[in-house]
Amino acid sequence: MASTETQGILVVGGGMTGITAALEAAEAGYDTYIVEKNPYLGGRVAQLHHYFPKLCPPLCGLEINFRRVRQNPRVRFFTMAEVENISGEEGNFDVTIRLNPRYVNEKCTACGKCAEACNIEIENPFNYGMNQMKAAYLPHDMAYPPRYVLDASLVESDEAQKVKEACPYDAIDLEMAPKTMNLKVGAIVYATGWKPYDASKLEAYGFEQYPDVITNVMMERMASFSGPTQGKILRPSNNEAPKHVAFVQCAGSRDENHLPYCSGVCCLASMKQATYVRDQYPDAKITIFFIDIRATDRLENFYLNVKKDENIEFFKGKVAQINPDEAGEGLILKVEDTTKESLHEIPADLVVLATGMQPNTLDNPVPAQVAYDDYGFISTLDVTPGIYGAGCSRVPTNVSECVQDGTAAALKAIQSIARR
Amino acid sequence: MEKKTAVYICSGCGIGDVLDIDQLSKVATDENSVPICQNHSNLCSEEGVALIKKDIADEGVNTLVIAACSPRVMYDVFNYENCIVDRVNLREQVAWCQKPGEEDTQMMAEDYLRMGLAKVRGMTLPEPFKPEQEYSKDILVVGGGLTGLTSALEAAKAGYKVVLVEKEMELGGFQRKVKQIAAAPYKDLQDNTIDELVRAVNEHDKITVYTGATVERTEGGPGIFDVSIKQNGSSSEHHIGAIVMAAGWQPYDPTKLDAAFGFGASPNVITNSMFEEHFSDAKITRPSDGNDVKNVAFLQCAGQRDPKHLPYCSSTCCITALKQAIRIKTQDPDVNAYIIYKDLRTPGQAEDLYRKAQEVGVTFIRCQSPEVKTNGSLTVEAEDELLGETVLIDNLDLVVLATGMVPVTSIGEDVYAKAQMEESKGEKDKDELAVPPDVIRRSNILNLDYRQGPELPALHDDFPDSHFICFPYESRRTGVYAAGCVRRPMGIGNCKEDGAGAAMKAIQCVELTSQGAAVHPRAGDLSYPEFAMQRCTQCKRCTVECPFGAINEDDKANPLPQPTRCRRCGVCMGACPERIISFKNYSVPIIGDMLKAIEVPEEDEEKPRILVFACENDAYPALDMAGLNRMQYNAWVRVIPLRCLGSMNLVWIADAMSKGIDGVLLLACQHGDDYQCHFIRGSELSNIRLSKVSETLDRLALESERVRFENISIIDYNKLPALLDEFAKSLEEIGANPFKGW
Repeated sequence: MASTETQGILVVGGGMTGITAALEAAEAGYDTYIVEKNPYLGGRVAQLHHYFPKLCPPLCGLEINFRRVRQNPRVRFFTMAEVENISGEEGNFDVTIRLNPRYVNEKCTACGKCAEACNIEIENPFNYGMNQMKAAYLPHDMAYPPRYVLDASLVESDEAQKVKEACPYDAIDLEMAPKTMNLKVGAIVYATGWKPYDASKLEAYGFEQYPDVITNVMMERMASFSGPTQGKILRPSNNEAPKHVAFVQCAGSRDENHLPYCSGVCCLASMKQATYVRDQYPDAKITIFFIDIRATDRLENFYLNVKKDENIEFFKGKVAQINPDEAGEGLILKVEDTTKESLHEIPADLVVLATGMQPNTLDNPVPAQVAYDDYGFISTLDVTPGIYGAGCSRVPTNVSECVQDGTAAALKAIQSIARR
Repeated sequence: MEKKTAVYICSGCGIGDVLDIDQLSKVATDENSVPICQNHSNLCSEEGVALIKKDIADEGVNTLVIAACSPRVMYDVFNYENCIVDRVNLREQVAWCQKPGEEDTQMMAEDYLRMGLAKVRGMTLPEPFKPEQEYSKDILVVGGGLTGLTSALEAAKAGYKVVLVEKEMELGGFQRKVKQIAAAPYKDLQDNTIDELVRAVNEHDKITVYTGATVERTEGGPGIFDVSIKQNGSSSEHHIGAIVMAAGWQPYDPTKLDAAFGFGASPNVITNSMFEEHFSDAKITRPSDGNDVKNVAFLQCAGQRDPKHLPYCSSTCCITALKQAIRIKTQDPDVNAYIIYKDLRTPGQAEDLYRKAQEVGVTFIRCQSPEVKTNGSLTVEAEDELLGETVLIDNLDLVVLATGMVPVTSIGEDVYAKAQMEESKGEKDKDELAVPPDVIRRSNILNLDYRQGPELPALHDDFPDSHFICFPYESRRTGVYAAGCVRRPMGIGNCKEDGAGAAMKAIQCVELTSQGAAVHPRAGDLSYPEFAMQRCTQCKRCTVECPFGAINEDDKANPLPQPTRCRRCGVCMGACPERIISFKNYSVPIIGDMLKAIEVPEEDEEKPRILVFACENDAYPALDMAGLNRMQYNAWVRVIPLRCLGSMNLVWIADAMSKGIDGVLLLACQHGDDYQCHFIRGSELSNIRLSKVSETLDRLALESERVRFENISIIDYNKLPALLDEFAKSLEEIGANPFKGW
């Protein structure tokens, strides 16, 4: 009864977990489809400067994965795409996918002529809005697929025609409209990942109020050459080098009023970011305010190495409040002192909030009957027959465990097809 | 196959604005007598591709040089079945990074075209490897604990036959002794379901179970492993495709702990694993007399996060302590339970269990070095960091020490430590020692019949080495996938996923191998190294240096390549001083001919030449990114991408130097403990080889500064222009290579 067209596996989310799930299944001989809402594959890890604990660039592993995607005809992917509807059952799902307009077709060679002709600028979402970019853009230097995108604001503007004409390859299609397509698959892996917790909800920390209070994901972009500052870590208020950087751990995490759980990566991420600062500014002082340092298994070794740095202080205590100092130049962190009923006051000129992860399924739930835990994460790997939750859509965790999870989900998906 | 070659030059994306395309075509037509050379202003367009396809169909073209954009883009557009294709990167690495219209830029493009033509002349189409034996798709799982059981069941559910080997008489591993578990959703303790898993495995008709058994010997390679399993004094043979190694862990020996932990001084001081064993089905009581427990303390990190014992964190002990404390509080809510910890580690949703323990009244004390006192009442003295004072917890009935997990791969003698000692006794050639040996212990898990040793090589703390962030399952032995606590300490939820993940990798391995194709990272590659054995001098370099132990040796030290173990990196090819190892599409002569195709101007033209060998995964994309960002760099460089810098053969440097090339730059990835090389050792090995190049240079009376090794990561593209310029400048200072024009 099995028709070949339902032998495929749909992977929703083209981040590290989803790419892994798709590739592992494809290399075992199964047809896979990746549906990714961004115009590029790679998800959050593409935005990271380094991985902990090896301090190596995520783009290195992504390059291998992109090559695997390129060379494997069994992997097909759709960017700027979202799953709208899922019906049917294990072994025989009908999926409706919405394809949002890129306004650029497959004729694009990434030559960059459209961006040259474009004068309209928009906020750069890849850099968390920290800088402006052309409204005709390649999402980032290593973007895969290497294809430009036109922002809707450009398409609606007077400039649109000029930009279209600048393309020598007829790759711009201003008439492109959203469309839907249907796909029949045997199994679905849901790996739509996470979003950083909204730091503006942490009122006592003054995010968006004080420019020198940033979040950990912004720090990654700042440290990256393709980021808003060409890799220089600078105080947003004055573009000067920071002298004292404070990392506020559990910013909203392990907190009943915000995220009651631990995101599992922020301790290591802050320590890693401390190495970015130390590499650029040998004299800078760093304070990491923490509740517990959660460096499990071999990551402990990374913690030990960071602790050896005399310029990095680990301060046990929860930051209660962040205020500007009297001169209005720097910031003062008020930190609880558990031994006395008082607060320490510690100055810093750049504060990095270690905000946690929230599952993207909160905003875009799986359009099918799926159980979630109290925090909106998909509750288990085999949550519904034929639908598998993987990576940070199920557990807030690090890249290595996401790869582990994506690989396991690939096998579960294969079983759904084998069972037919 | 008789080659019919054609060259296609794209002038789009600015290539035509920078280069004289007609002049460039002459390199193909006049210099190399290529019968077909076509230009197109947009080669990747439908029209451009149709042009190429027409020549393939009508003219019998089967060997193509596409001079256009980087091979990293438009892969599917320029990939033609049964054709040899080389991509000459005129866009990212010439037009986008060089000055338009300059003679130097034109010379660079022309050289690249010459190099591409030289390359395809040497290439032939790979044919898949076919062994004499039949391929097996059966999967061997070693270890019948939670991970191994899961792995076996998940592989069987996907339709594969599984052989499961467990050394104990019963399946279930450590979990068999565990009453309750802490796992997602972590709201409360859950009953252990290991018995159901054991039953499902025992009942599955695709799974053959051996208990009380060990793997006596593993011969062959992926797809063609021959495994003998010893059980009750007799042996059974199985033909196996791939292996999941889930041999598990042992508790750290508590007698080795510092005296401050009090182990051995009182029967009421036990370890976390003893707690599970003792109270598996029984009430929790005082070990010394069976009386009720009224006061209990859990001491975390006993011999963990401690360089004198286990330097790492076993990840699960905090959650285990919470579980055990909750269990006691459930048994008797009046018990005083204390958890004394350095950092409480409950990542993810496991934080809920921490909250649960607080709700049931467990007391938490943060302290770096608690001390157990056993004279008089059992007491723990702890410096409470949060209160800033010392607390004494006395009248304890039970102290539970959180000892950690030791992977079973850490047990047994180090093969190489011994071999090295013997080697130094025999006063062998010293430079062979420059290649640092792996740590491989005789831990009696797989007993691989591999020249490099019987088990998986380890890197940190005796855990099997893998590229553990992006590709955690890729061990150093192809087709052998470590899973569970032998890979890294992990809790039960992760063990299950890991077992399934490793089964996935094993399935993938048997599928790819049975097609004669490589597995990760060159998945699907059909080329494999072939050895011209008549020229072999038995120097052993290939057998020693292969990062994957793919090459065995006979009694006379002849290499016995095992192609299904091979990852196709070419490290053996780089290692071989006799240059007898070649792939159909990648060999010492092919790269040698490419570099010899570079035109080296006379000294008085003052146009030095720099040969760059770039790792195709990191340095080469970085060069592309420099182009994408329109960064200008030195016009004297000529880049040859390598599968891995480890495949660099020193003869290329000698060839380059005798040809008059002024300098050679190796752009390799980070090596050492935090290596980034996808073939583990390639970058390190090329650096070691380079340290021996001075001999060659001395013989030619050349300066050793002409050859340089640099670590470049994929995101270092902004550093490349300065690096290349600086190297060019240093070569100018040294002066021209005197071999020019010879």
